[in-house]
Amino acid sequence: MSERRVKEPKGVRLDHISKIYQNPKTGKDFYAVHDVELDIEPGSFVTLLGPSGCGKTTTLRMIAGFESPDEGEIYLGGQPINELTPNKRDTAMVFQSYALFPHYNVFDNVAYGLKLRKVPKDEIKDRVTRILKLVELSDMEQRMTNQLSGGQQQRVALARALVVEPGVLLFDEPLSNLDAKLRVQMRTEIRRIQQALGITAIYVTHDQSEAMAISDNIILMKGGVIAQMGSPTEIYYHPNSEFVADFIGECNFLGCTVRGTEGSDIVAEVDGRTVRVRSDHKPAPGTKAKIVLRPEAIEIADQGALPCKVELSCFMGSYQNYHVRVGDTLVKIADNCPIGRKTFQVGDDAYISFRSECAHLLEA
Amino acid sequence: MARDQGAALDRKKLLGDPIMVTTIVLLITFLTLFILYPLAILLVDSFVGDGSFGLSVFQRIFQMPDFTRAITNTLKVGFVVGILSTAIGLLFAYVEVYVKMNKAVGGLFKLVSMLPVVSPPFVLSLSMIMLFGKSGLITRFLLGIYDNNVYGYWGIVIVQTLTFFPVCYMMMKGLLKNIDPSLEEASRDMGGSRWRVFADVTLPLLLPGLGNAFLVTFIESIADFANPMLIGGSYDTLATTIYLQITGAYDKAGAAAMAVVLLMITLAMFAVQKYYLEKKTAATLTGKASRARMMIEDKSVKIPLSIFCGLGAAFVVMMYICVPIGALFPTWGYKFTPLTFKWFEQVFTRYRGLQAFRDSFVLSLIAAPITALLSMIISYLVVKRKFKAKGFIEAVSMLAMAVPGTVLGVGYIRGFSGGVFHTGFLQGLYGTGAILVIVFIVRSLPTGTRSGISALRQIDKSIEESAYDMGANSLKVFTTVTLPLIKDSFLSGLVTAFVRSITAISAIILLVTPSYLLITVQINEFAEKGAFSIACAFATILIIITYGSVLLMNFIIKHFGTSRKVKEVE
Repeated sequence: MSERRVKEPKGVRLDHISKIYQNPKTGKDFYAVHDVELDIEPGSFVTLLGPSGCGKTTTLRMIAGFESPDEGEIYLGGQPINELTPNKRDTAMVFQSYALFPHYNVFDNVAYGLKLRKVPKDEIKDRVTRILKLVELSDMEQRMTNQLSGGQQQRVALARALVVEPGVLLFDEPLSNLDAKLRVQMRTEIRRIQQALGITAIYVTHDQSEAMAISDNIILMKGGVIAQMGSPTEIYYHPNSEFVADFIGECNFLGCTVRGTEGSDIVAEVDGRTVRVRSDHKPAPGTKAKIVLRPEAIEIADQGALPCKVELSCFMGSYQNYHVRVGDTLVKIADNCPIGRKTFQVGDDAYISFRSECAHLLEA
Repeated sequence: MARDQGAALDRKKLLGDPIMVTTIVLLITFLTLFILYPLAILLVDSFVGDGSFGLSVFQRIFQMPDFTRAITNTLKVGFVVGILSTAIGLLFAYVEVYVKMNKAVGGLFKLVSMLPVVSPPFVLSLSMIMLFGKSGLITRFLLGIYDNNVYGYWGIVIVQTLTFFPVCYMMMKGLLKNIDPSLEEASRDMGGSRWRVFADVTLPLLLPGLGNAFLVTFIESIADFANPMLIGGSYDTLATTIYLQITGAYDKAGAAAMAVVLLMITLAMFAVQKYYLEKKTAATLTGKASRARMMIEDKSVKIPLSIFCGLGAAFVVMMYICVPIGALFPTWGYKFTPLTFKWFEQVFTRYRGLQAFRDSFVLSLIAAPITALLSMIISYLVVKRKFKAKGFIEAVSMLAMAVPGTVLGVGYIRGFSGGVFHTGFLQGLYGTGAILVIVFIVRSLPTGTRSGISALRQIDKSIEESAYDMGANSLKVFTTVTLPLIKDSFLSGLVTAFVRSITAISAIILLVTPSYLLITVQINEFAEKGAFSIACAFATILIIITYGSVLLMNFIIKHFGTSRKVKEVE
């Protein structure tokens, strides 16, 4: 992609940001966002991820200027922007509902922000044409927005935000109105364009797989506070809480007691049998902990580390889905590409095992 | 936990937007000065009108038998008109939504629903007198009854019912269409007869809506001035009593206190309607019809209902047509042929018709765009923005809906004849065309605002947010996004305001000075004097003007409206 950005991307810093709302039922104030501290590098793609009501959209709307923080200061490119109205901020938002202007055609929608900036006509034409090419809508300039498919509308919304070359691009669950296949296609597209332009992007979603696929960094939020932040791999393999582990993909938790260390692994005891788990910090022997195991990290076989009983066995195409009982704990297993291996049936006795680097220890 | 910083920032952002601030300040000033203040001054007047603070004015008016009778009269009329209008409205709506009618009856229904909108308020009283009065076309010439008295209680009830039931009909139609047919099908499927379905399913779902329609009509009826004035005879209602108290007895304090009483009644009704019934209606009828309803084609139901409602509608249409025809007879009641245009000529040659039409037309034409724009701005602020004074703006503009014209008129006389608070400030306003324009605006503002609000609620909030986010200031957002999207509502608000203004009478009749001739006031005067032919000629021309502007509006919306542009590509 030969697109060159005219402006430098900007970083965003949230300095202990809070937003307080009133619960309409009880009339009591509560923190919708509480003491969020965040530093977003220029040019990076950061996702605010979390269940509904976690404060991710409120945070995004505070950056855009639609909501005002009750505590803390927001910086854009090093400048405090708390007092700026949304129209004075160097941000552009892609809305969940696309928010295209229904009385304008595609060209005029995209040109809107440039006209407000009093960009000369020729340049508007030039820049709109270029950006529409980038989002692959070149021949649609004259269409009214309701003549477009959902995916195309999404692209117009993206083009409209991109064309003003904002310091930061904001996305408010932009793909949630698309069907599953298009969603996957569009997120790849958004990532491609963001990387091509080197623009800073802050993206809100509740879909963990979308967050994984698209982000440099994920900020996982819960109840108005940041639960964990880090790269997708960090968050996936080293969740710092059960909530994070459970929210990002499916997860099993096996209760265990730490017995000692062996090299870079910890030796832990589950139901009287020992297993190994990779961990950076070494809890003292006797510590109660939980082993975090992803379903695809577990092998099921006639022999292995922990005995189990099969309670559900179901062919899913790309994998065989098992629910097995280990002691009292239900463990879900995704046995990928199962063809050619033994298929266990409900009621069978079997064993599970896993590589130590695929497991992660959470101290109770 | 303190929300001070956020609130301070919100305030700062608002103040950083001078256009918004100016708009809000101007709006608040306007609403306070021209809606709240005149009502407040009525309260002041009625508590201190006789020199000392106290209830003496109220004691005095409640000792007047005319006044206490007027209260009973008003409530009696309002109650009966409310019930009759709701019942007839429901019947019409039911027939339209449930029964497969032939096209002609459907067309009649449409006409019936539109006629009251484009007609001056007292047209039906006029035709009632002309058709059923002492020298009425029907009573005297068809039936040979020579001394039929249409004046009084029944006259008002019939005329008001015929005037207001179309409103109920339109309200009921909207509600019935929102009932999911599968609810009724479920009842029918489980063995209910048509009557049981209606009694067990449809009626209970409609009940709050019926209450709503009843109260709306009730309020309209007790606020109505023109019809009781014309056809009431010696049967006075509150609105006419207040008018006579000012123009006849020159008792301004008494009139103010009476106006307060009338206002309290309408406000109480309005509060019940707005905060209780409207919510309940919305709660019971949330669903959209999932699919088309199976219309009743059973001939034993269809034919009698169609005939009954068709005749009813035809009767109403005939009442309206009576007015233009009446203007063509040489002498109403004595000489019917040959038809003549002489009354129309006299309107212009003898009765300064041109000036009357010019004054009414120009004043309404000035008021209409201001009203339309103002109501769109109010709706925009109320629906799309958040700021402290928003509740005030919304409440006061809705309050105007509950204020009867007569009350407003008395308030303006008391509030502005000696300047604001009798200080002489703005005294120059009184007696000018400007104050008439302001009354027109205040009287039409609630209707416009209501339609603007419902139009704006249809528009996704993020569309405006995105314009704001792209760098547009409030004025730009409003002019480039909001207004184009509610253009249809703006246009229809424009015409509604024009039509309402040019047909207005209740508040205006108290405020108009001899330097302005207004058509409605002229019609009222001629009808009072018994000069029905001239009154009819005036009214006919007025109807042509209002109907013409409605047609023009429909044409403009059809060809230049937003919905057209947005819809045609689908």
